[in-house]
Amino acid sequence: MSNPAVCEELTAKSYEELTANFDWSIAERQLGYQPGEAINIGWMCSDRICHLGMADKVALYWEDFQGNHQQFRFDDLRVLSNTVAQFVCDLGIQPGERVCLFMDRVPELYLGFLGILKTGAVAQPLFSAFGDESLLVRLQNANTSAIVTQKKHLHKVRKIREQLPNLRHIIVVDAGDSALQAREVSFDMKRTPRVEDFAVYPTMAESASVLHYTSGTTGQPKGAQHVHYSIISQYLTAKWVLDLQPDDIYWCNADPGWVTGTSYGIIGPWSNGTTQVVLDSGFNAERWYEFMERHRVTVWYSAPTAIRLLMKEGTEVVRRHDLSNLRYLASVGEPLNAEAVIWSQEAFGKMFHDTFWQTETGCIVITNFPGMPIKPGSMGRPFPGITAAVLNTKTYEPITEPGIAGLIALRPGWPSQVRGYWDNEAGFKAKFKNGWYLCGDRASIDGDGYYWFMGRDDDVINTGGHLVGPFEIESALLEHPAVYESAAVAKPDPVNMEVVKAFVTLKRGYEPSDDLELEIMNHIRKRLSPLAMPQAIEFVDSLPKTRSGKIVRRVLRCKEFNEPVGDLSTIMDD
Amino acid sequence: MDEITKLVRDYVIREYLEEGDEREITETTPLISGGIVDSFSMVSLKRFLEKKCNIQIPDASATPDAFDTVQKIVALVHKFQKAQTVAV
Repeated sequence: MSNPAVCEELTAKSYEELTANFDWSIAERQLGYQPGEAINIGWMCSDRICHLGMADKVALYWEDFQGNHQQFRFDDLRVLSNTVAQFVCDLGIQPGERVCLFMDRVPELYLGFLGILKTGAVAQPLFSAFGDESLLVRLQNANTSAIVTQKKHLHKVRKIREQLPNLRHIIVVDAGDSALQAREVSFDMKRTPRVEDFAVYPTMAESASVLHYTSGTTGQPKGAQHVHYSIISQYLTAKWVLDLQPDDIYWCNADPGWVTGTSYGIIGPWSNGTTQVVLDSGFNAERWYEFMERHRVTVWYSAPTAIRLLMKEGTEVVRRHDLSNLRYLASVGEPLNAEAVIWSQEAFGKMFHDTFWQTETGCIVITNFPGMPIKPGSMGRPFPGITAAVLNTKTYEPITEPGIAGLIALRPGWPSQVRGYWDNEAGFKAKFKNGWYLCGDRASIDGDGYYWFMGRDDDVINTGGHLVGPFEIESALLEHPAVYESAAVAKPDPVNMEVVKAFVTLKRGYEPSDDLELEIMNHIRKRLSPLAMPQAIEFVDSLPKTRSGKIVRRVLRCKEFNEPVGDLSTIMDD
Repeated sequence: MDEITKLVRDYVIREYLEEGDEREITETTPLISGGIVDSFSMVSLKRFLEKKCNIQIPDASATPDAFDTVQKIVALVHKFQKAQTVAV
């Protein structure tokens, strides 16, 4: 299976033909959905696939770093997600309530996601490396009713639960004989009687499904609220862009704590009835290649940071493995640099196809299709059904001239578009100008219609494909006893594209030192997450401010990127 | 157990194991591939080694594989201690 097996709908048609005649009803028909009927992602990804005759097909092959492994057929997905759903219902969770999934990439995370959706409740996945402060702000904002977690993360939940009076249930999936405390309850998926039949809640197209948190320049992270109808986009983009075919073995590196891990680590592949493999392990080049070889992975969806880490380990380790089954590679998270695309051709005999999208879009929106010529370093072209443009930064009108930089913008209306930010209407409204949704990124379009990424248009830091908000980091920095003022900005990085750099002024009585730098780094890592940890700290006497006293991060960021600062007339002299 | 091995092992236990995590950290426990230290947190571990062992580890040598076990980290420290001695 080494030759590209481009999906039938794409083979005979040019990009222009596809775009001109495109209608999302293609996906509705293929999924057997009629507008006005109930639609439930949990059911679509499990029961529906069984009804199509694939009950015994392997849905998930899971393995951890120690070599423990489990295998689940689509019928297991159906029955075990029913089991989770029944357990959640028995606790009294009602449709629309938020249930957080706070786990490593264990099977309970994937099955729990489908089970929660089957009850009509909203799944709120959070990255398990989050520290207690990151967890707290997200649970408080969503007014979360229950959290599903592992014993190893329970101490973080216990630390903050008194501040979460509405968190009624803490469900522990591996409690074993451990003593549980008030509000805690054990759920052992293997020992709980399997529920063959569950009355899936009849969610409608616009019923809330998933709540993913994303960071902005100002304020705390925002909960991007998606709906069950999002599956229409996720199903079709997984099929057309990732080129998922019936016999594929698919591996998505993303953690379902982030949107890629749910849109294309759960919904996309399983709504297509595709077998996927999951490795719950940290990075190790040898192990990753061995895993792909052993499972005969055919389609691999990875991230530039991981690709650049693999580049560091060289091609010799690639040659030690038979990766001849690998037929299609795609990447997401941040722009894939041309060097990485060219390296993948050398290492795997295939180029990575870059895909651009974000938490709010819910699905891939700009991409390199299978069969479409790749321009290394370009994001590709808009997916059919997506109207995209780059806008003038002042007029918010589309730029028609090739090669001129502007703001990436999308016309609202595709199925998986975010429906709002949880409890933050003003923040959501601010994302729209002139009838366009603004992605917050800058790009230019060349004469062939290919998009070329240029950077963020705000102070958000894109590190390893994850957006980190400066406000959250600065707030946590101020909790350190030595820190008087702080500013967090992006710093260029060869592996992660950007990393966090903090500029810090110290309180009287504290002196800059290596010890203090390390202490502050570890403080942020534990309070927020490793992603948010500044990889560099510069102790300064003062920070650049406006006349009204607001810190101007732009000055510091430009310094890091060696870019001109621009007009400084509003900056104070100090 | 030599001094550097103890220094690295104790630091990993103190800084990277979650509260209540009673896993034993031996010289060969996988740290990066085992998910105990991620590639972002590796930077603070590198900084710690440079400071405590008075060495400079070039970024090109700070690979996830080189930081994957206490044993490998100690070998890396010895390598750059020697390199520095020669340079002096």
